[in-house]
Amino acid sequence: MLAWLHRLASPKRFHGLAGFFITWCGWGALVLFASGLYYSLFNSPPDYQQGESIRIMYIHVPAAWNSMFIYITMAIASLFVLVWRIKAAAAVARACAPLGAMFTFLALATGSLWGKPMWGAWWVWDARLTSELILLFLYLGFMALQSAIEDKDAAARAAGVLAIVGIINIPIIYYSVEWWNTLHQGATITLSEKPKMNTDMFISLILMSLAFKFYFVVAVLRKARNEMLEREQNSQWVKEMLGGSDERK
Amino acid sequence: MSVNEFFHMGGHGFYIWVSYGLALVLMVTAFIPPIFQERKLIKQITRRLRREQREQS
Amino acid sequence: MNDVTNIAKTTAIEPSLGRAFMAMLGRDLTLAYRHRAQLANPLVFFTIVVSLFPLGLNPDPDLLRTIAPGVIWVAALLAAMLSLDSIFRSDFDDGTLEQILLSPHPLSLLVLAKTLAHWLITGLPLLLLAPVLGGLLDMSGEALGVLMITGALGTPILSLIGSIGVALTVGLRSGGGGVLLSLLVLPLYIPVLIFAANAVGNAAGGFEVTGQLAILGSLLALSVGLAPLAAAAALRISLN
Repeated sequence: MLAWLHRLASPKRFHGLAGFFITWCGWGALVLFASGLYYSLFNSPPDYQQGESIRIMYIHVPAAWNSMFIYITMAIASLFVLVWRIKAAAAVARACAPLGAMFTFLALATGSLWGKPMWGAWWVWDARLTSELILLFLYLGFMALQSAIEDKDAAARAAGVLAIVGIINIPIIYYSVEWWNTLHQGATITLSEKPKMNTDMFISLILMSLAFKFYFVVAVLRKARNEMLEREQNSQWVKEMLGGSDERK
Repeated sequence: MSVNEFFHMGGHGFYIWVSYGLALVLMVTAFIPPIFQERKLIKQITRRLRREQREQS
Repeated sequence: MNDVTNIAKTTAIEPSLGRAFMAMLGRDLTLAYRHRAQLANPLVFFTIVVSLFPLGLNPDPDLLRTIAPGVIWVAALLAAMLSLDSIFRSDFDDGTLEQILLSPHPLSLLVLAKTLAHWLITGLPLLLLAPVLGGLLDMSGEALGVLMITGALGTPILSLIGSIGVALTVGLRSGGGGVLLSLLVLPLYIPVLIFAANAVGNAAGGFEVTGQLAILGSLLALSVGLAPLAAAAALRISLN
């Protein structure tokens, strides 16, 4: 099992697999974005309550889903780093953090832009927005710790411990904020609560969410692949891959 | 539906277009640097390998 | 006769976990006692932060009573966080920590002992001082009682979660450990802040608080079980 895992995650194998996924998910993302944008901007009706501003949901909700999905990915990759010391997983975890922070920020910003016409205020201490804010802090902590430790392997493992501690805490934080929020203010129109979705709205949301996911896969693999290439530049497989064409000349 | 109406979005145009624009800007700026980085990296490594090969022969 | 040798054998081969735990606890407490002048620092900090609020807002007793639970808990959070570095710092600087890592006992147990020592020298005094400051902010008797209970349940959690953060940052020479530590630890403190401050606020209003206390209790149990393991893993990484 262990040997199999290491072979599967060997830098060379990882490079090949990443290339495969980058190509296909890249095309997938392009198609999904095109159809998703068509649906979300043209082919879906305005909400009966929120009007046209419902269209912000097709950015806000996929970004928020991605922000959580990426944290989970990061924590799982960290587990692989800590338990099996897989280098490719360390590269993936490191590449995840800025993307996750970016999507968290995007969810916050679009939440704020959605909140202004809905609540009349740029920021309301809505439970979901507050949890997203805390998630952003967790991402920033992960990145700060990783950049503070010079040795890359130690940095990956230390940040890995933090990611796993964080993933245990996220449900607790989420629950506590939700509870705190319902206690302090009556539920008005909450963001992200799906108000009577019709089919076209649902399709828009699904298409955009998938597009965001595919984008993430491509972006994270690109970064991780670069890092592996940089770290492994003296190994045999890189020489074979990049120096091979030379020998034939 | 006129183009004007489309951009106006029932009065919410500003919020909607800023949201979509921000998403576009962030996702593009996060995507571009790794592409250039990869090119640079591959160029660097190939150059080094070629040099080493020349030195060997 | 046979029994005696048996016991002697087992103790010689495997010194009991309890004894190792107590030895570590006693050592840390003795060290803290030798530097007892420093023990007051978190308490002074706590007092100053709390007293800044009436000055920054206004001394209206009604206002102070409303904000008191939150203010006291936020100040306690900050005071506890600033004192965290002392859990491992001096032992790291003089190399004792590496010796501890080599000990045959489970590292997480020794970390738990050190964390308990840290709580006894900072968390407990904060807990005892809290009602005095609560009095300054015009809190009622019931609220003060609940403040003590939430403190007893909540401050150990602060030390436990904090031990993970310190274990992760203790090896850093950059000196930015303090700010980085707060960035790592404060988000994880949020549930404690929410439930504890809310319980105190509810008690002041004459409402039920058992739910919040039960949650704080289970958070404490969870962190006693898991935090030392994470902190031990983090220490091994930091000292590698």
